Amino acid sequence: MTVVRISDDALALACGADAVAAEFARLGCKVERVSSWGMHWLEPLVEIDGVGWGPVGVSDVAAILKPSPLQGRGLGEGAVEQAPRPTDIPRPPTPSPEGEREKCIGPIVDHPFLARQQRLTFARAGKTRPLSLDDYAATGGWAGLDRARSLPPEQVCAEVTASGLRGRGGAGFPAGIKWETVRTASGPRKYIVCNADEGDSGTFADRMLMEGDPFALIEGMAIAAHAVGAQVGYIYVRSEYPHAIAKLKSALGLAELPISPFRCEVRVGAGAYVCGEETSLLNSLEGKRGEVRAKPPLPAIEGLFGCPTVVNNVLTLAAVPHILAQGGSTAYSALGFARSKGTMPIQIAGNVKHGGLYETAFGVTLRELVYDIGGGTASGRPVKAVQVGGPLGAYLHPDQFEIAFDYEAYTAADALIGHGGIVVFDDTADMGNMARFAMEFCAAESCGKCTPCRIGAVRGVELIDRIRAGGRAADAVEALPQMHNAAQHGRSTSDEIALLEDLCETMKFGSLCALGGFTPYPVLSALRQWPEDFA
Amino acid sequence: MTIDERLAEICAEHGLLEGPLLPILHAVQAEFGCVDAEAERTIAKALNLSRAEVHGVVSFYHDFRPAPDSRPEVQLCRAEACQARGVEALVSAAEAAAGERVRVSTVYCLGLCSAGPAARLGDRLHARLDEAALVALVRSA
Repeated sequence: MTVVRISDDALALACGADAVAAEFARLGCKVERVSSWGMHWLEPLVEIDGVGWGPVGVSDVAAILKPSPLQGRGLGEGAVEQAPRPTDIPRPPTPSPEGEREKCIGPIVDHPFLARQQRLTFARAGKTRPLSLDDYAATGGWAGLDRARSLPPEQVCAEVTASGLRGRGGAGFPAGIKWETVRTASGPRKYIVCNADEGDSGTFADRMLMEGDPFALIEGMAIAAHAVGAQVGYIYVRSEYPHAIAKLKSALGLAELPISPFRCEVRVGAGAYVCGEETSLLNSLEGKRGEVRAKPPLPAIEGLFGCPTVVNNVLTLAAVPHILAQGGSTAYSALGFARSKGTMPIQIAGNVKHGGLYETAFGVTLRELVYDIGGGTASGRPVKAVQVGGPLGAYLHPDQFEIAFDYEAYTAADALIGHGGIVVFDDTADMGNMARFAMEFCAAESCGKCTPCRIGAVRGVELIDRIRAGGRAADAVEALPQMHNAAQHGRSTSDEIALLEDLCETMKFGSLCALGGFTPYPVLSALRQWPEDFA
Repeated sequence: MTIDERLAEICAEHGLLEGPLLPILHAVQAEFGCVDAEAERTIAKALNLSRAEVHGVVSFYHDFRPAPDSRPEVQLCRAEACQARGVEALVSAAEAAAGERVRVSTVYCLGLCSAGPAARLGDRLHARLDEAALVALVRSA
């Protein structure tokens, strides 16, 4: 019987993978639902004996199953040029065998998009069934946990430190040092909290990992628990990820025995972006408003319910099983660039031809990511800007595309890597509008605890509106004769721009957390690189 | 069973969790379609919190609603990545198709950023939407 492998990742489902799978099953094939390879423009991607077809619609299924000389066909021709088709609209009539042949991409692992990657965190992507304990064990699962448990906790922390692993949530804090702090802190209980509140636009690596390889995350948490002496863990997932929540709950049920005595639970967020900030997340877990806490005390000392707590991103924790496997720490630290060690799962999104998950060692340039790997814009128009690091990341101009993917290099360029999402915009993007959206988003999602963010974001929207309107005339109060110090002749565009820069300065240095503190990045980068869009 | 008894039961079911308030609110929202003042009162009593504390939490999060809305909801992602793929041009058509019958709401990111514009109806996700597909989705809601 022909075994057909189709992803059950949320993106594949959104592109109609279930209907394709049902059609293969109807025609007598054995369908295996696996994780996604991360080649999103090819979803639903169908794999038979290692050969791939994509994007496949129900009408292509019969032709794929017809015996043909396709198997020997070369790489990547045709399929990459296929325009993505929306779901839920009437499909065109059954294509000729020619159309089906166009969709064959040859052996999947040889596809140029995959062949150039170094997959460690996503080593199982596309290859295993997400909820199969057998598949997990057969691909090296639990080896890291078994070895970690044979070592004293301080050595586990030391190996994570030596690997150079830095927090993948955005701040890039060395994971081993955080663990060591929690290990040596004293408290009645200790917790492991996984931050799976992946709210940044342009990022989906956490979602793909939770849906595609949930046991890797659970194993990483169990290793962290052994390293710091924690008993209980929480995975805080955003409510916008229903598939990830369901997969994690099932996976935790199946993994109860391998991770015991460590216990772990899924908690669902409630639509607040700011809960991706670690202290706000802890308040939310405690059942409070998701307001940011002042630091210090660090969560490592006083975290969840006042106890020492490790708060790590999904990708950080999922990298740990590899690091703790025999020789993994040294291998991990050998990869990367300067002080950014190991690999980063980069998410290529937005107006890009070949979007998806690209895990590689640090150091890759933005030019390679956007043009060589991403294939330029999906619309075929010139690239205007790329936003790296989510809604709080700077917009980079094509002139800056030689920048290497590295925490320090981005910081030096007044930008940030964040969670590793890159969003491509073509030349139809209005950067003044994007800057306004950044402020608007900050105003909508601010937790309200600190003034620069709560009020600054609202004033920022108003300021950008005034800049784009060409300044403003003096208002009735300013025009009063006794208002000696007020601007009598209104405010020019350059006055308003100076005020916006001043406001951004205040938000950057006066906000409690990254939401208010980093919103100036997209605003100021747009203002500096594309001043014509503010006229 | 009265609504009050059912609310008390939900509170009791989650009573042993650490930090039970959010799981309780999710359960109440799922069952009654909202967390209203009456529910806040019952939950506050069960958890030994003030009504103000519970109301503060309910009003903080976008997912909880103070009053039920029987209309089906289509959540349309309008974050940067979907904007880059042209979602803004679809909004007016979606709203026109929705009329009074369907609620078209904005969500910031469904995690389908390489295949936008994307939308969610119930627990089903839809990607690569163009105007026709989005209008069809809204009509099917």
